[in-house]
Amino acid sequence: MRARSIAIFLIRRALALLVLLVLISFLVFGLLYLAPGNAVQVLLGTHPSSPAIVAAMTAKYHLNDSFIQQYLLWLQGASHLNLGVSIQTGQTVTSLISSRIGLTVFLGLYAFVIAVAAGVPGGVIAAMRSRTVADRAIVGVSLLGVSVPAFVSGVFLLYLLAIHAGWFPVYGPGSGFPDELWHLTLPALALAFGVMALIVKLTRAAMVTVLEQDYIAFARARGVAPARVIVRHGLRNALGPIVTAGGLILGVVLTGAVLVEQVFALPGIGSLLITAVSTKDVPVVQGFTLLAAALLIGANFLIDLCYLFIDPQITAGRGLA
Amino acid sequence: MTVITAPDSGLVGLASRRGRRRPSLLIGLSLLIVVLVATCAIFGSLLAPHPANAQDLLAGVHTASGRHWLGTDDFGRDIFSRLIVGARAAVIGPVLIALGALVIGNALGLIAGYVGGRTDYFIMRLADLVWALPGLLIAIVVVGVIGGGYYIAVAVLIVLTFPIDARIVRGATLQQRTMPYVEAAATLGLSPWRLMIRHIWPNLLPLVMANTFLNFAFSLVSLAGLSFLGLGVPLNTPDWGAMLAQNLPLIQTNPLACLAPAAALVLTATSMNLIGDWVYERLSDRGRAR
Repeated sequence: MRARSIAIFLIRRALALLVLLVLISFLVFGLLYLAPGNAVQVLLGTHPSSPAIVAAMTAKYHLNDSFIQQYLLWLQGASHLNLGVSIQTGQTVTSLISSRIGLTVFLGLYAFVIAVAAGVPGGVIAAMRSRTVADRAIVGVSLLGVSVPAFVSGVFLLYLLAIHAGWFPVYGPGSGFPDELWHLTLPALALAFGVMALIVKLTRAAMVTVLEQDYIAFARARGVAPARVIVRHGLRNALGPIVTAGGLILGVVLTGAVLVEQVFALPGIGSLLITAVSTKDVPVVQGFTLLAAALLIGANFLIDLCYLFIDPQITAGRGLA
Repeated sequence: MTVITAPDSGLVGLASRRGRRRPSLLIGLSLLIVVLVATCAIFGSLLAPHPANAQDLLAGVHTASGRHWLGTDDFGRDIFSRLIVGARAAVIGPVLIALGALVIGNALGLIAGYVGGRTDYFIMRLADLVWALPGLLIAIVVVGVIGGGYYIAVAVLIVLTFPIDARIVRGATLQQRTMPYVEAAATLGLSPWRLMIRHIWPNLLPLVMANTFLNFAFSLVSLAGLSFLGLGVPLNTPDWGAMLAQNLPLIQTNPLACLAPAAALVLTATSMNLIGDWVYERLSDRGRAR
């Protein structure tokens, strides 16, 4: 019975998210019409225009068709990963993105690991030592993390650790895994700072609530080892709110990556977006936005899945739908 | 922006939280910084020792000296003066965003909470959507495609902020609605508008004010990010985010040129966040779990 209701719940969720993705793709396609000038001008960019070229572009992109027909054509291409051709470079958007996404994924995962490794224990300690000096120090650092954007902490790290101390390289992504890891450490730290602050805040709030519950007191009274009480009884029950914020965290990582890549001159998809935006390369911007939306939607689906395993109390379809 | 309300459990938590006071020295410093930044934003060009855009191409980059306290950039412009004058561009947008979100968010939140119905449903779905979206990323894409512009960025950020405000105000309004004074006022025949604005809203002030400070801090950082990417202020306008981007290549020759605007951003944003929290703790008897 439970397996069946979970399956129904997941199918319903997947369908809802698919509808959302189509809706977002509609908005993403609309970006072409948001840009100043008509679509031909936007697609020509800085290239010289003549009546023949305009006619060719109009025919190539079916610009005389209705908006819906154009959208359907574009969607058909997008569903085959054909997102058009970059105006500036002439390469396909898919090849541009796939040549740069590796770096951003590496950077994002690296930052995420640092943020979780520092943020979850930080939040747990702050909650255990609630209203002590340790708590205030951790909350203070996380308040700073919320206030300081990734590009600003990046500039400070760049100056202190790369230029002043000379421990890290200043620019560039490096080559080969160890070298890349070394090159990406500062950007990842800058990116991790804000994410860590968010995780500390969520973990602390969730743990403070959980640790005040009767079952924690009872577990302690039963003589369960203190570490086990915190991890098995406390953290497991606090995980829900933390995991729920996964989509939010991914958003922070994505946004931070765009800015951090700019600070450290890293050729990831974030700097691709900024180049595309500053050269009015609309197909690339559309490709990036669609990718980001798909990532966020996928992450939210995974989070729903995780939720089912973390909290067995949730009856699929009733508690969450 | 991130407001996480966890339920207070019992009187013990309440009492000890009320006893807790943030060190007032920190708040004093924060207030001082905010007043300083506000003064620079209002009187900027009068206070600056040099004209912010005066170039001295022959002199070029210099480190700090008696004449130029924070040195100069590669156009020979005085960093200290640009920092002071840049406060205006850095601060005016966040003020507009915080006020815009305050007005729209509170009006919609009150209506959603007090009247309910379809408006309530619509506003809540909007808030859910905005909450799940990475706001700054949306702003980068939309502002970038439109072609940049400070006030377009401000408008986009207002749109991405007010639904969250509306949700917070709605929640607080729902709590107030059940109170006897609301019922009493309604029995007296007060119009819903008067009841919402004159009776319920003043009780939400601690929450609303604290949230406005947090919104300010968040939009300061977001707008600076957009200017850093070249999507905010026009080229060569003195602005902290833009200075950070322009002077980043000088980090080896005159590090202060980009560290100073970075520090100004950090100090202002942190101060506003601290003041927001402090206002909330001072004005309300129930603290947030943080």
